[in-house]
Amino acid sequence: MSKSERDPLFSGKNMKLLSTPLNDENPITVQVLGICSALAVTTMLEPAVVLAVAVVAVMGIANVIISLLRNTIPNRIRIIVQLVVIASLVILVDQVLKAFLYDVSRQLSVFVGLIITNCIIMGRLEAFALSNKPWPAFLDGLGNAAGYGWILIVVAFFREFLGSGNLWGYPVMETLGVYNFGYQDNGFMILPPMALITVGVIIWVQRTRNRKLIENQ
Amino acid sequence: MKDSNTYIFIYASAMVIIVAAVLSAVATILKPYQDLNIEMARKLDILRSIEKAEMVAAAENRVAYIDEEWERYIVDSYVINHLGEIQENIDAFEVRVREENRKPVEERNLPIFVGRDEENEYFIIPVYGRGLWGPVFGYVALENDYNTIFGVIFDHEGETPGLGAEISMPAFENQFKGKRLFDEDGEFVSIRVVKPGGGVPLNEHRVDGVSGGTITGNGVDAMLRDTLGAYVEYFRKQKNQES
Repeated sequence: MSKSERDPLFSGKNMKLLSTPLNDENPITVQVLGICSALAVTTMLEPAVVLAVAVVAVMGIANVIISLLRNTIPNRIRIIVQLVVIASLVILVDQVLKAFLYDVSRQLSVFVGLIITNCIIMGRLEAFALSNKPWPAFLDGLGNAAGYGWILIVVAFFREFLGSGNLWGYPVMETLGVYNFGYQDNGFMILPPMALITVGVIIWVQRTRNRKLIENQ
Repeated sequence: MKDSNTYIFIYASAMVIIVAAVLSAVATILKPYQDLNIEMARKLDILRSIEKAEMVAAAENRVAYIDEEWERYIVDSYVINHLGEIQENIDAFEVRVREENRKPVEERNLPIFVGRDEENEYFIIPVYGRGLWGPVFGYVALENDYNTIFGVIFDHEGETPGLGAEISMPAFENQFKGKRLFDEDGEFVSIRVVKPGGGVPLNEHRVDGVSGGTITGNGVDAMLRDTLGAYVEYFRKQKNQES
């Protein structure tokens, strides 16, 4: 531990904490966690981005808090402590959304509350924050939340674009005039199964490009 | 030391107290903003039920735009009881249908909003009921015959996306336009949400439910019957006065 104390803030090791979850250790496509919300809130870009930002905020802060408390938390109630920290942060996010982004909060409805049950967050607290210093824990939280978030946003991009012809509510397809050539939106993209298939395609693309992820070579 | 029971108890208690203090402080600070949002959402829903305030997405100042439309089109509001008598000194906007629907019909305060534009007069009634996962609610706008539905707006707290949640989509809501609450003999029949094909054809008192959203549909069905049912005496009175 004493060695890492002298680590510069943006040392290679610390940066790795931020970058591996984006690809090699992606929570959704590699660890296959947090799939539930990835299916539910990805019909449109805006709620997906808001949820991604909310998860980044909750996870970054939760990791720091748990890491700061790590030497005081009694081992026997550590899961409860983690849960209380996550739940309070989620309630804060929910309250802020209700005050300043009311429409989005109505769209996300229960999914903001369900961040509490997002296994990625609790997994990182338990596996990383409890045994690391605040700064690396913060980076780890940001990295994992971003790894979760970018998948969410990519899925939402394709679902909104192909499913309703819009991007961020703006009618892209209509502006391009493709409907005049007989193009039709694929309503199937809006349904949850297509989110799963989109995630599947992302995993496929990722594994063909990233040799490290291929098992049984 | 860290794993002694005393330490755990003190730790847990301190944690709970701190968290409670922080959360209640934030909730108190943000409450005015949230209340304004809720008020605007209600006004917007009422306006949308009579096809007003439709440019809200493009409005620069949302609150000002909604208030302006509200001032222009919502000309009156009052509260009645189940006998159709006007209740004085109650603000219709303050009445929460959620709470009223828990009371027996005789004790309910029944709000009505009156909308008016160049062509028509509308009577807008808030409705509230139970869906599958939580409340369903909305506004029903009647034309001035107290019978024909001009438009409806439905919403819900947590119905299943793609299934029950479809009740808040125009495809479902638009079906209600032109439907009638009373049959030829003047009996209140409400609007039924049905599954057509099982020997129940659609007619002017029935709409097609959402496939896969049967329980939500039944909730809407019961919501309309219960909430609007309490207004029947008032509707009859008004109609008799006019004829």
